[in-house]
Amino acid sequence: MLIKRSEDIPSSDITPESTYLNRRKFIAGFGLGGALGSSMIRSQFDSAKVLEDEFSRTQKDWSRVRSDLDEELNSYEDVTTYNNFYEFGTGKDDPAKNSHTLKPHPWNIEVDGLCAKRGTYGLEEFIKPRNMEDRVYRLRCVEAWSMVIPWYGFSLKEVIDWAEPLGSARYIEFTSLYNLEQMPMQRSFVLEWPYVEGLRLDEARHPLTILVTGVYGRELPNQNGAPLRLIVPWKYGFKGIKSIVKIRFTETQPLNTWQQSTPREYGFYANVNPGVDHPRWSQARERRLGELRKRPTLMFNGYGEQVANLYSGMDLRLNF
Amino acid sequence: MWLGGLTPATWLAWRFVTGRLGANPIEEILHRLGGTALIFLLATLSVTPIRSLTGWNSIIQVRRTLGLFSFFYLTMHFLVYAILDQTLDWEFIIEDLTERRYIIVGFTGWVLLIPLAVTSTKKWIRKLGKRWQRLHRLVYISTALGVAHFYWQVKADTYWPLVATAVLVALMLFRFQIWINRRPLDPGSKQLKQSVNSPKDL
Repeated sequence: MLIKRSEDIPSSDITPESTYLNRRKFIAGFGLGGALGSSMIRSQFDSAKVLEDEFSRTQKDWSRVRSDLDEELNSYEDVTTYNNFYEFGTGKDDPAKNSHTLKPHPWNIEVDGLCAKRGTYGLEEFIKPRNMEDRVYRLRCVEAWSMVIPWYGFSLKEVIDWAEPLGSARYIEFTSLYNLEQMPMQRSFVLEWPYVEGLRLDEARHPLTILVTGVYGRELPNQNGAPLRLIVPWKYGFKGIKSIVKIRFTETQPLNTWQQSTPREYGFYANVNPGVDHPRWSQARERRLGELRKRPTLMFNGYGEQVANLYSGMDLRLNF
Repeated sequence: MWLGGLTPATWLAWRFVTGRLGANPIEEILHRLGGTALIFLLATLSVTPIRSLTGWNSIIQVRRTLGLFSFFYLTMHFLVYAILDQTLDWEFIIEDLTERRYIIVGFTGWVLLIPLAVTSTKKWIRKLGKRWQRLHRLVYISTALGVAHFYWQVKADTYWPLVATAVLVALMLFRFQIWINRRPLDPGSKQLKQSVNSPKDL
């Protein structure tokens, strides 16, 4: 593990502010960008205060950032106070209130199944070699609301290429943390725990599919799935599994939690599709948080040009 | 009573105006109005059981007020749905009202309460006589539809809908038991008859 918990670090070890600021400049000067640099600094000075200071100095002017369709971002407050993360309660504000019990550092990722790189990796070594960047995506929840969010992360494809899946691997399965102390609501029977999600390997390799470690240029808050979550922007939000502890390559299609819970209502693919309603409500429109009038939902959440070919010849009514 | 009944509405309006209803205030208002309406409906149905169990007769006076508040919150719930949530897009409202199971039952529950609210005055009670009684039993159906509406709109966490169902079932079992006991051939009927004043209290 490369991550130290804050209580392990004597205050004398914490680099004076001026020094780490200089180091940031130094790293930036070599063209590595904030990405690699900040993740290293983050891991070494994992103290909330230091992080807060550091990020506040490196903030972009997010108010000018737009999505590919020239949409405004939802506020940091929207993104971090309105969440579905049933491990901390089923109310939208429950995760923000209750997820302080989650301990995202230290964190291990287990890589398993049909691949060459099976083993357990500390989060830092797992993410360090990746090319981190900001990605502004629409997030469309199956409940018919949506947001525009500037994630920070890297292509899942990088991990797949690194893991060297065997020829027989066709799917990738993700598992969330199962820990009753850190996620007390896992005592409830709302869903089967731990949460599981999956993708076809070609979906997982798609350049739009990312693993996320941050949002709005800051470390991912617990309620958003710290320290590592999946984002597949053309699929309903529940595919974006949070607080991932395990990645497994399989030959057979994984059984994702919501499909397991209510197979009639939630499928494996869960592609955003205004033409295929949820059995109980319409998917034709959505409320973008912050807007009054509902807006039409876009096929594949507006990413059809990039992803429609993944599903050519498939009946999307049957494979919902 | 009136003060108590208006507290949830005032609180909601205040939070709305000051922007403290979270990232999706319309959904928040909608859910809170619906939940408040259901609580008032169940409270209305609790009056008779409480009265006959405790002998607290004057409680009957609040029943009409509770019923009218149920109707008030349900009407607000529907108006917020139609105006704020659907921004009066009739095409979609009609689709909801004809195709979405939970909206059909919820809407029906509200419509059934309209005649009850209209005939809640003393004048109407006198005018309708025994028929008033029968008409106002619609509140049982209305509440049951409300509970079904609640149950069908949650995604997975059925805890509160099941609590509401349990309360409704308990309240209805109480009435059923009285009805059984009151049947003439039932030997236990006399005792219970004394505890309930008249059939109209059901």
